[in-house]
Amino acid sequence: MLAFLLHRLVSLIVTVWLATIVVFAVLQLVPGDPALLMLGTGAQPDTLAALRAQMGLDLPVLTRYLHWAGALAHGDLGVSLTYARPVTELVAERLAVTLPLALLALAVSTAAAIPLGLLAASRRGRGGDWAVLGFAQLGVSMPSFWIAILLILLFSLTLHWFPAGGFPGWGGGVGPALHALVLPALALALPEAAILARVTRTAVLDTLGEDHVRTARAKGVGRAAVLLRHALPNALIPVATVLGLQISFLVAGAVVVENVFTLPGLGRLLYQAIGQRDLIVVQGVVVLLALFVVVVSALVDIACALADPRPRAAS
Amino acid sequence: MPTAKQRFTLAAVAVLVLAAASQAAMAQPRTDLVVGMQLEPPHLDPTAGAAGAIKEVTYANLFEPLLRVNADGALIPALAERWSVSDDGLTYRFTLRPNAKFHDGTTADSADVKFTLDRARAADSVNAQKAYFAPIASVETPDPRSVVVTLSRPDGLFLAHMASGDAAIVAPETAATNKQKPVGTGPFKFDRWVAGDRVVLVRNPDYDGPKPALERVSFRFISDPAAQVAALKAGDVDAFTLFSTYEALPEFRNDPAFKVMVGSTEGETILSTNNARKPFDDVRVRRAMAHAIDRKTLIEGVLYGNGVAIGSHFPPHREGYVDLTGMYPYDPAKAKALLAEAGYPNGFDTTLRLPPPPYARRGGELVAAMLAEVGIRAKIEPVEWAAWLEKTFKGKDYDLTLIAHTEPLDIDIYARPDYYFNYKSERFNALNDELNRTQDQAKRNALYGEEQRVLAEDAVNGFLFMLPSVTVQKANLTGLWVNRPVQANDVTGAAWR
Repeated sequence: MLAFLLHRLVSLIVTVWLATIVVFAVLQLVPGDPALLMLGTGAQPDTLAALRAQMGLDLPVLTRYLHWAGALAHGDLGVSLTYARPVTELVAERLAVTLPLALLALAVSTAAAIPLGLLAASRRGRGGDWAVLGFAQLGVSMPSFWIAILLILLFSLTLHWFPAGGFPGWGGGVGPALHALVLPALALALPEAAILARVTRTAVLDTLGEDHVRTARAKGVGRAAVLLRHALPNALIPVATVLGLQISFLVAGAVVVENVFTLPGLGRLLYQAIGQRDLIVVQGVVVLLALFVVVVSALVDIACALADPRPRAAS
Repeated sequence: MPTAKQRFTLAAVAVLVLAAASQAAMAQPRTDLVVGMQLEPPHLDPTAGAAGAIKEVTYANLFEPLLRVNADGALIPALAERWSVSDDGLTYRFTLRPNAKFHDGTTADSADVKFTLDRARAADSVNAQKAYFAPIASVETPDPRSVVVTLSRPDGLFLAHMASGDAAIVAPETAATNKQKPVGTGPFKFDRWVAGDRVVLVRNPDYDGPKPALERVSFRFISDPAAQVAALKAGDVDAFTLFSTYEALPEFRNDPAFKVMVGSTEGETILSTNNARKPFDDVRVRRAMAHAIDRKTLIEGVLYGNGVAIGSHFPPHREGYVDLTGMYPYDPAKAKALLAEAGYPNGFDTTLRLPPPPYARRGGELVAAMLAEVGIRAKIEPVEWAAWLEKTFKGKDYDLTLIAHTEPLDIDIYARPDYYFNYKSERFNALNDELNRTQDQAKRNALYGEEQRVLAEDAVNGFLFMLPSVTVQKANLTGLWVNRPVQANDVTGAAWR
């Protein structure tokens, strides 16, 4: 187990280091000068030079990479070129929106998907199954932003229950902040719930066909107990794997939903920073996202290894 | 499952309570205002950035220049209560308001003005309009309320430039932190910035001039067009300025709860043409393009009719405007004949680079279709702002592009050497020099007229339309600007009826 964990840790560090090189290199190739963007069409050559010097853009590429990567290794993400604030501060502010949003969506989608998947599996081929499959098909086909617009039309413009977008910040209390996150979380959760319900259904059906379940049935264990105690735990491994991938998708999907609801989340920060060529912010956020995805998938692997000893023994 | 049911009931009750609370709040008389804007400012220091959003939040509200522009485009006193100009146009004397204070309580005096002007023209200045300050030879402060600015050459636009947001007066103590915590002398002061969402200003109780009616103004940033419409309809914002989802306007016009105001910005929207590159170096080709563009259809298609055609680089609402829209009437046959005369009987291939704003993307599609009618096959190349500035504006590596030039009274860009149009005209430069030497307004207007004529005759660029200033607001709100003579959302005169 220790060797397995070490192996995961090393590959994690290498992946993130490669990510820093890739994102830095790509941003060097993309046309656009943050100083020119700041000064616009009235820019004079001397002001441009002064601002580039102020931003440290006049240094050679390798020096800039080493400065940035060196600080990064100490946990310092640098100072945003446009906002003139530390990137860690900006990211922390935005995570306070994106993280609760993604977690809320994750909770809603899991809470909906697992019972629905179980229901469908237990009623295979009957009305309940068809209903769940129908919902899943619909959920998979409708992108988050479309669901978002429908939710706004119904709950904001017609019923006036929720704001059509924006975020009051946590400073004004938990109530209003959560209130602003309900519709975005729903929009984000529905497609995820659809995928997860399908995966749960298939996984449960697979385990229902296995020997130990047949044995349990033969011993006279009741239907519900077979489903919950014998089929579900085994079915949870593929579900957890998909869930792990979904977490990354939730953070990515948050970018789109944040734009529709104009939530000041990490996705919008990244989107704006790319447009403004705020290289420091883009680099920092991309590396953090890469780190996040790598850590989550490592955790899922470890969790699966704990739940199912076979791959561990094989390696 | 009873617990789930209970939870649902709880949630439903919570929702109803929140809804009821927000309705109760609506019944109070209002002294707050929420203004929607498309873009969030990168920071809040108008003296260190070109982004229009910076000035749209801060101009006249938070920061004051020596003098300022009002809703009609006229220059009125701001931090300076009066000023005078010497006969040779070289010496400007400003007298400051006696009790002007910065929001941190310190006095705003002539030393602050000197600091501001010297900082903007210093070698390490990062002022986006440093050229505005270039004519200044010296700034003297004979007493705390008087500032004497001496120019090295006459500049007819000096006062107009000193009324821009780029010339907002800042204090040496706070200049370095204005980006995040702006400290100005205006009737509103900075309250907070919820990054990515809104900037909140509150009334400045110590303001020495007339106090605004509103106590609290929030600027909310909503970039998505559908979200802008939704925010207005849901009542999340009370007004949306520089609204560009023109197709939604009929809906708001038909709703008595809203008022739609259509005015003009200073944005001459033009088909910028690389005058140095073949075949655009031939005036016949440029004139052919002018005849090929049907401005009426373009304004219908891009702005849903909410715009005014132009025939040169000058806004119709300004004094000195000459109507030259008739010089090249829409005439594809004539365009083809001119092309043939220039040696392109079968037209030619070119590229049309388009920056992100909807007017450019939509307008570009239509212009390309119109050019194709006369044989000019323009390949459309959509780019982001950063790439547009780098390749087109700075690199001058382009054939055609479509863009609104939003700086007020910027016809002098045609006299700048190395500007991205690559246009060179002795005639125009001579007129521009004379304009800079001229103080008399009637003479200046006549010179502006001649300049417009030269540009139209040379068909330097395709002159299309003025970018409109569209405001959608609640019907009982008053005092917002109809036109946008400078980049600003001046809320100092806004009030609820």
